Amino acid sequence: MSKSADILVIDDEQVIIDAVIKICSLVNYTIDTALNVKSAIDKISDNYYKIIVCDIMMPDGDGFQIIDELHKKKIDSSIIMTTGYSTVENAVKSLYNGAIDFIPKPFTVDELLNSLYRANRYQEIKNKLEQVSSHQNGNHLYYVPCPSKYFRLGYSSWMVPERDGSVLIGISDLFLKTVDSIKNIEFQNREDEIAQGISCLTIISEEERAHKILSPVSGRIVEVNEKLKDNPNLIEKDPYFEGWIYRLIPMDLDYEQKNLIPCSSDRI
Amino acid sequence: MFQKIGIRLIIAVAFTAIVIIGVFAYFNVESHSTGLIQEVERHANQLSETVISSTRFDMMLNQRERIQEIINTIGQQQQIRDVRILNKEGIITYSSEPSIINQMVDKNAEACYACHTADEPLENISITDRTRIFKLHPDSTRYIGIITPINNDKSCWEAHCHAHPSDQKVLGVLDITISLDDVDRNIIKSEIEIVVFAIVAIIAVGFIIGFFVRRWVVSPVNDLLNGTQQVSMGNLNYSIKDMGEDEIGKLGQSFNNMTKKLAEARMQLFQSDKMASLGRLAAGVAHEINNPLTGVLTYSSFLLKRTKDNPEFQEDLKVIVRETMRSREIVKSLLDFARQSVPKKSNADINEIINKSIEVVENQLSMNKVKVEKQISAELPRITVDANQIQQVFINLLVNASDAIGKNGGTITISTKKISLSPFGIAQIKKASCPKRHSLIDPEYKIDGIPALKVKVVSGKNSGIIHLDPIYGKHRNHFDLDFEIDTSTDFVCPECNLSLVQKDKSCPKCGSKILSFEINGQGVYEVCSSKNSNYEKWDFVDSSGLSDFIEIKISDTGSGISNEDLSKIFDPFFSTKGQKGTGLGLAVIWGIIDNHNGTITVDSEVGKGTTFTTRLPLTQQR
Repeated sequence: MSKSADILVIDDEQVIIDAVIKICSLVNYTIDTALNVKSAIDKISDNYYKIIVCDIMMPDGDGFQIIDELHKKKIDSSIIMTTGYSTVENAVKSLYNGAIDFIPKPFTVDELLNSLYRANRYQEIKNKLEQVSSHQNGNHLYYVPCPSKYFRLGYSSWMVPERDGSVLIGISDLFLKTVDSIKNIEFQNREDEIAQGISCLTIISEEERAHKILSPVSGRIVEVNEKLKDNPNLIEKDPYFEGWIYRLIPMDLDYEQKNLIPCSSDRI
Repeated sequence: MFQKIGIRLIIAVAFTAIVIIGVFAYFNVESHSTGLIQEVERHANQLSETVISSTRFDMMLNQRERIQEIINTIGQQQQIRDVRILNKEGIITYSSEPSIINQMVDKNAEACYACHTADEPLENISITDRTRIFKLHPDSTRYIGIITPINNDKSCWEAHCHAHPSDQKVLGVLDITISLDDVDRNIIKSEIEIVVFAIVAIIAVGFIIGFFVRRWVVSPVNDLLNGTQQVSMGNLNYSIKDMGEDEIGKLGQSFNNMTKKLAEARMQLFQSDKMASLGRLAAGVAHEINNPLTGVLTYSSFLLKRTKDNPEFQEDLKVIVRETMRSREIVKSLLDFARQSVPKKSNADINEIINKSIEVVENQLSMNKVKVEKQISAELPRITVDANQIQQVFINLLVNASDAIGKNGGTITISTKKISLSPFGIAQIKKASCPKRHSLIDPEYKIDGIPALKVKVVSGKNSGIIHLDPIYGKHRNHFDLDFEIDTSTDFVCPECNLSLVQKDKSCPKCGSKILSFEINGQGVYEVCSSKNSNYEKWDFVDSSGLSDFIEIKISDTGSGISNEDLSKIFDPFFSTKGQKGTGLGLAVIWGIIDNHNGTITVDSEVGKGTTFTTRLPLTQQR
């Protein structure tokens, strides 16, 4: 593969492309652009990009076609989806299809920068994993995959149904690994309603970056993990058990579960 | 003209009156004239007896001149035409008319006929048989003639003259003819009187009946007719004036009630349709606005980062960023409004939500000197709603009420109660299956935001999918087929191709095939397969009777809303607050309540206040 830009920005609006170029210039990424689905597919066929920032609604198709194309060509670029038509359905569908993040338009400089930061970290981890597996150096785990009875929303959050009908939700280890060490967590309150695909928690990192977590299911919060309030780092130590964040009474688990990826499928 | 109910009634009554009065008049005249004639008969008979007895003595003495004199004197009376005495041979022996004396009268003549019908003359006949009424010629007045036999007597054959042998029974007859002129005139007079009376009575009855028919039937029926015409032309605001408590009055009330319900239903339907199309528009607009907003927000936040050492720029840029973020929130709320998302429902206490809502707006209310009165039903069951959204509804309504009251103070009354309404048009089919238990609910295809029933249609080589409305009674079925349905068409389960058509049944409305679905634990739902029929039946729900709602009324004593504005207040971007409002508040409220399968209606009177009535179904269907 030829040496090319780090990021491909796909959007039918020139102003968005210009804005993304400006933002990326702050962190020294090189940028390539595409104004429609067709030219984007041409570009990903010819070049490798670490990160792809992709609009969903374009005149000649949608962003999901590009994700399909990447899967087909087995290209493991990190995809950040963005759209002006920011519905829950779009967000959930993006993550289900393997995008690492979903940013509704309009976004601020920081929102995009934080997302790019995580995408970059994600790439680094993937690269390390590849190196490990190519050297047959088995036991070096860079992140802990989620347990088999769990379900996850993309790579960001997980949920597990409990025996009493409630569900626990938390943050996947892979997501935490893409974030610097945690300084603070901003929780929602007990009795609050949260919805699938909508931000339910904000992690503030040591570098003052704000990372929003999208909830894997809709429901009413009945319990917040008090231990995390005193000790935010617990979530990094044991993200799947002790480090859960909320206990929810789910709204429509049967329906929403279809949008989640069973963690058991990761182990095959 | 005879098509009119009033005229028909009048004709019917007048006809009855004519028959009754006619029959009455006929018998009345008849008995009157019979009475009169009997009177004359009696009088004539008496006269005859008088003549016989007054001439008897003279006859005994055979003083013929004296007899003739008596008869002449009697015959001069005005009403008496003539007085004759005939002997046994039929020869007129005496008469008031001298010219006919000694003439022979034929036994078959009318005067003799009564006794001489048989071969042997009758000797004793009744007064009726002795009487005859006749006319001399067709145009003359009527006459009554009475014959009286002059019987033989002992003194007759023992008299000096010995004119009559003792074996004779009847010696002759006296025949008196009296004119019926007076009587006839009397009868005609009374006939005319009765006819005049009958005509007057019939006309009077006609007018009286006409007056009451017009008052009680024709004019209220015309009002009703006018009302139905107005309604059929689409004027659903038309209401009929109060017409009393009789059947037509009740009809009028139920008509008004029906029109009101119809107007409400149309309003809801119209609103829901408008919301759906507006939702699509808003989504498009939001998408278009978000792109330029991204330019503004990224560039301004970018500049903010780059000018950290220039406080003057920082201030201005912060305003740009802040205001752009605000625009982002507005567009987001527009999208929230447009989105047909299912509300995030949980079990909540409406009274609690109301209390929370009041807390939020308490400051504003006390500033405007608004008093809040709560008439809350303590026994209210908990209800599955999106508490946040419902709270937003109440807050919005309270703020609106407070704005309507203004600065001079007033009262907001909030009442809650449980009510029961019929399930038709409300109940939702959540699970439906074919005989092999395949689910027929299509989560991918929604009608008005609710997953529809899917049915495969097979007609020869063609096949397609139709979607049926999951709300029982609304019948918004989608027949997106590119071929026609005919009698050979089959309706099957899309998974196992098992027919869903009920074999021994057809639609009672149009005769088409009936599809039946098993509703998990809730009986069988039947629906007509024709696109044009609205037949559907769900016994389980019908038999379950009324379903329960929580009704929340929020009334204010504010300025009220004019009728003109009332129909528009749920429209997006309609605002009476000028620059102060976005005009989205009530539209959002409407969307939220609609998403909860509830309804919201408004009543208002200018100068008196406004009442918003919200109804939320107790058993939420999702």
